[in-house]
Amino acid sequence: MPREDVKKLLRSKFMPHIWCPGCGHGIIMHAILRAIADLQIPKEKVCISSGIGCSSRMPGYIDACTLHTAHGRSLAFATGVKMANPELTIVNVMGDGDGTAIGGNHFIHACRRNIGITAIVMNNNIYGMTGGQASPTTPEGAFAATAPYGAIDPTFDVCKLAQGAGATYVARTTVANPVQCTQFIKKAIEHQKKGFAVVEIVSFCHTQFGRKNKRSRPTDNVKWLKEHTVLKAQADKMTPEELEGKIICGEFLNVENAREYTDRYNDVIARAQGKK
Amino acid sequence: MAKKFNIEVVEKWCKGCGLCIAICPKKVLELNDQVKCVAVRPEDCIGCHQCDNTCPDLAIDIKECE
Amino acid sequence: MAQNEFWQGNKAIAMGAIAAGCRFFGGYPITPSTEIMEVMSEELPKLGGKFVQMEDEIGGIASALGASIAGKKAMTASSGPGISLKQELLGFGYIAEIPIVVADVMRGGPSTGLPTKVSQADVMQAKWGTHGDHGTIAYAPCSIPECYNITIKAFNMAERFRQPVLVMADEVIGHMREKITIPEPGTYKVVDRKKPTVAPDDFIPYRPDEDDVPPMPAFGDGYRWHVTGLTTNEWGFPTNDAPDIDLKANRIVRKVDRFRDDIVEYREDFMEDAEIVVVSYGSVSRSSLRAIRELREQGVKVGHFRPITIWPFPDKEIEAFSKRVKCIIVPELNAGQMVREVERAVKANCEVISKTLINGELYKPAEIMSFIKEVA
Repeated sequence: MPREDVKKLLRSKFMPHIWCPGCGHGIIMHAILRAIADLQIPKEKVCISSGIGCSSRMPGYIDACTLHTAHGRSLAFATGVKMANPELTIVNVMGDGDGTAIGGNHFIHACRRNIGITAIVMNNNIYGMTGGQASPTTPEGAFAATAPYGAIDPTFDVCKLAQGAGATYVARTTVANPVQCTQFIKKAIEHQKKGFAVVEIVSFCHTQFGRKNKRSRPTDNVKWLKEHTVLKAQADKMTPEELEGKIICGEFLNVENAREYTDRYNDVIARAQGKK
Repeated sequence: MAKKFNIEVVEKWCKGCGLCIAICPKKVLELNDQVKCVAVRPEDCIGCHQCDNTCPDLAIDIKECE
Repeated sequence: MAQNEFWQGNKAIAMGAIAAGCRFFGGYPITPSTEIMEVMSEELPKLGGKFVQMEDEIGGIASALGASIAGKKAMTASSGPGISLKQELLGFGYIAEIPIVVADVMRGGPSTGLPTKVSQADVMQAKWGTHGDHGTIAYAPCSIPECYNITIKAFNMAERFRQPVLVMADEVIGHMREKITIPEPGTYKVVDRKKPTVAPDDFIPYRPDEDDVPPMPAFGDGYRWHVTGLTTNEWGFPTNDAPDIDLKANRIVRKVDRFRDDIVEYREDFMEDAEIVVVSYGSVSRSSLRAIRELREQGVKVGHFRPITIWPFPDKEIEAFSKRVKCIIVPELNAGQMVREVERAVKANCEVISKTLINGELYKPAEIMSFIKEVA
């Protein structure tokens, strides 16, 4: 049983959760709960939204206002929730397929609007729930149920995508570093007052991805993540060739003076009412 | 005197993935024959919480003994 | 003093929504419904409401559902392909029981079809467009004042039954201008969703009241609850248990069916002694009435029946008069959609004649007149 303040955020009656033994998504949920507990946000003011997929089952386990939407649409729902009630803290969890394939359009536009939502992209490089099909983050050459001869599609760099689209807090870490997960999630939640925050957490799916790519045990994956992680400060001094296949972890962007969308919409209201 | 820690594992939640065992720097944890994690050397625990933070099943709680 | 305006149907829909208490609109531009969102972008912030132009049609309905979950009366609008795109999330609204109003200003199809031309081809899409079973409430206004009043009613029904409600105008109604006398606030009914009366810890999110509709708190109200597109038990959590599924799946159909008489609306003209009846709705009903008035002057015993709710369909009412008339003519701007419902209602009591027009034009009164004369 986790620490008391974390336990209070769980719908314990549904535990154990549906994820496979050792699934990285459980590590991320744990990190999110520690972040919310550390920030002492009242749980009735927290909205956890998600789409469809393994990652998106998370809200069911969290004792807050939880919103399990349709595949890819979580950020569009969350945009409506945030505009209707800007006081809510919204943590939007999504997988790589949910967030960058079917929901890619909502993702880039939520970034562009800089709306006060914290988006956690749980990147396990695969569609897990449907049986291991290739996603936009399946590495080139990796095998998947729909890439039996190895994937040839180039991948998205979720953090670069978010930065390019206008998010104002962007960071990446992996489930091999749960303390850093909590640290970045906390900063990303605090950033909601300033705008859209993205934390890409590189997770793993040993069941679907690992099985086909020689990392079939959870421990293999954590070890692999540790071996392939490069901190941003180090990465800045490395050549693109040296960075090939590496996971660069750290904060890429933190715009301190950004203005959040619902806050900016208040200007629209003031103008419409002739007050500005 | 070194601090002592109480390690509690919720057996019903533990799925025996072994991540906690791999990460523990003091080899405190092992899987039992039910494939559940147990603290076999609790006296060696240094309270680093790595097992707790890593546990995907939120099954581990580490508390400092009074 | 009563305020008179000369408005377009789309503006009347938007202003009716605001009169009903709508304070959020999310949408995406599409002809011929775009003016609804343009008016919303201008009017909502004046009242402290919010408008967002979303990145696509699906985002439009998703944001409206999100805003409704967070406690605001919310709306989206679209046409043709945009309505097709929204279908999955209409289903979300039905299963998760989230009140929203969706305006559908019908245009020709399939696909991009006829963006600027009129059609009534979404009649069946409105009922069967999303997968799975659910009660449907859809209105077809035929005038600018009705656009306003019906949109208020649509919100009232959405709030009462906790589900999406459709306002199915067509291109002619959406773009036509006409005089409207704005009803004074207080002269019409405004319904707000039922809120839970129990403490948050005692709250069972999807346990219905006697009317089959569960009370609905807003995110942020102090209640913690789970909203999902999965089939759930009373607690709002996913279930694979057949009895639980049975309860939920049937309830979201039954909650509309059993109050069908409260919902169904229609209008009858010249029906007392009618031997021939024209059943038409939306823009077509205006041509029909014009034709019928002229033929009445010539002594032809023809009447008009106009479904105002196209769903639930006024089948009992049609069945009742079908026993005393010679024939029913159903002219519509599609390849014959509502006529199937009319035939189902009539149960072969009289002849039913389908007239269809799918060339992007509206029926002229003379054409309707000729249909009537064929059987008179």
